[in-house]
Amino acid sequence: MPRDEKVEPVTAPEAEDRRRFLKQFLMKASGVAVLVVAGEKVFFSAHAADSEAVPPGTGEDYDPTRHRYVYLIDVTKCIGCGACVRACERENNVPKHHFRTWIERYMVSRTGDVAIDSPNGGHDSFPPEVTGDDITKAFFVPKICNHCTNTPCVQLCPVGASFRSPDGLILVDEKRCIGCSYCVQACPYGSRFIHPETHTASKCTLCYHRITKGLLPACVEACPRAVRKFGDMKRLKDEVSEIIATHQVQILKPELYTEPNCYYIGIGKEVR
Amino acid sequence: MEPAITTGYVFPNDLHIMWSLMIVIYPYVTGLVAGAFIVSSLYHVFQQRELRPVARLSMVGSLAFLLVATMPLLAHLGHPERALNIVVTPHFTSAMAAFGMIYTLYLILVIFEIWLVYRKPIIQLARRSRGFKRWFFATLALGVYDTSERAMQVDRRTITVLAGLGIPAACILHGYVGFMFGSVKANPLWSTPLMPIIFLFSAVTSGIAMVIVLYQTLMKFSGKSISGACVQSLAQWLWLFATITATLEILEIVTLAYERSEEWVVVGELITHKIPFSFIGVQMIFGSLIPFLLLGIVVLMRRFLTDPLRNTITFLAAFILLIQVFSMRWNVVIGGQIFSKSMVGFRELYVPRLFEREGIVTALAIMILPFIFLALFNHFLPLYESDQEEAPGAPTET
Repeated sequence: MPRDEKVEPVTAPEAEDRRRFLKQFLMKASGVAVLVVAGEKVFFSAHAADSEAVPPGTGEDYDPTRHRYVYLIDVTKCIGCGACVRACERENNVPKHHFRTWIERYMVSRTGDVAIDSPNGGHDSFPPEVTGDDITKAFFVPKICNHCTNTPCVQLCPVGASFRSPDGLILVDEKRCIGCSYCVQACPYGSRFIHPETHTASKCTLCYHRITKGLLPACVEACPRAVRKFGDMKRLKDEVSEIIATHQVQILKPELYTEPNCYYIGIGKEVR
Repeated sequence: MEPAITTGYVFPNDLHIMWSLMIVIYPYVTGLVAGAFIVSSLYHVFQQRELRPVARLSMVGSLAFLLVATMPLLAHLGHPERALNIVVTPHFTSAMAAFGMIYTLYLILVIFEIWLVYRKPIIQLARRSRGFKRWFFATLALGVYDTSERAMQVDRRTITVLAGLGIPAACILHGYVGFMFGSVKANPLWSTPLMPIIFLFSAVTSGIAMVIVLYQTLMKFSGKSISGACVQSLAQWLWLFATITATLEILEIVTLAYERSEEWVVVGELITHKIPFSFIGVQMIFGSLIPFLLLGIVVLMRRFLTDPLRNTITFLAAFILLIQVFSMRWNVVIGGQIFSKSMVGFRELYVPRLFEREGIVTALAIMILPFIFLALFNHFLPLYESDQEEAPGAPTET
């Protein structure tokens, strides 16, 4: 049976694959069916376990003490498309001419001159370079709130409206904020602004309403080049924590000792 | 809000001036409070007896400005209705949270001292008056009608102690305002330990200058003679404090420039290209150099000056110094916000509008209110002592 002998090595693994696929499908489908019946609460944890992206303790059971969020931006990958800025604007209803995240473009000439721009925060991407210099390198630097551990904005807030949550994020209680702008003055990174409608301080929350449900921040999800990475230091085998632990990473304005929790890969001395 | 005009690279959120004219007015007013109080303490504590004609005026003037000190803050806050949160639920790591406590303590101290100084005239008026006026002054006397020499002696001692306590209190009140700026490490123009000291000395300068202007104006309008010795003494104190203030202000900039640190790139550009008029022109040359020379004439050439000439020169120097201190507040508060925290870009210059919440009319109204309070106060209780009147707050003879 030479013919069968020829076919068998090909079909046998396919059949095995099919069997394995069907077995897994049925197992998962039945698993999902059980979970759907068990309700939304169970679904979330099942989803988390399934994707292995989110640890237990999210959703309604969210426990901030079980998380320690970090953020990583790989500047070498950014193409300045502005998808993150637009996603942030939509997700958080950010007012015009104010930014929870933005992108800066650095253009360095052979003589060392640096031209920086961020037209409309990079919301609509960037126009062609217009410096006229002999540009030898150029790169985009996305910025967000650095959620600093030793942050001056929380220290200076006179009523405690700006606070550090147990999961490591700097948040603003809009109902307590008196709108004095002291935190806006104190932030060395220009991450804060006074919301023109609420008249309170506003800033990046790393999409707290999303991450506590096990979702990614809007900017991370929107990025087509995986420039922005969101991680959790308290999660085992966390990609971002692993990169920070094993690679050369940078922070912004280290001389101010604010201890940012937003790390960078590939930023140069030109970055402000 | 449309984006403002900028030069260089400005962080996208740094386009607007957050602390406006109101936050310029606020340290100016608290500076007058502290400075005027120091003048009254020069008389009550440091026995500068020639300052007797302005002892009451400076103390009540301090209270008058203290009463409006919170107004610019309220006009600035995004949520003024939540302002009491600072006092009710203060966040103790914040410099700003200390404001409520410092302000309240200082207010109590100043009111108590003024009450003691005016206790005798209040009792006399309560005895002399009828009807509502009597009831009003009797209430102010708090039911104590003892004007015996022994009671007056106790009053005088208490006043001296309170005036003594008032000196550190005034220094804390205004030093704290300087600290609020000096502790912002994100801002290279503000972030210097010199900032509270500069604020303090310029506060005393503005307080003395205000007392000189107010005293001479008040005397002119009431047709009374101006005490030459008093003006001479005030001129000397003003010369000293104005010189120290200008020295500190120059030292801060010279240090930054000499260090040639990263900060100087932006601060140097700010001073020489963005605010040269208000900094070099108004604050340094017009506001510091000219009064220094004028007061130098008053202090060093006193033998050659007639009373009216000395009074006029001192008045002029004091008036210019009031402008100098205002320009210093402006240059610190507004100047410190003109450059972006990117340190490579500048916003357009801030010009307050006439009619807006934090505009010029609001500022003028806040600055006029203390004078209305002083006029009202003077209507009931005299701001200056007549030569015949026994001085209730006079320093004890030693």
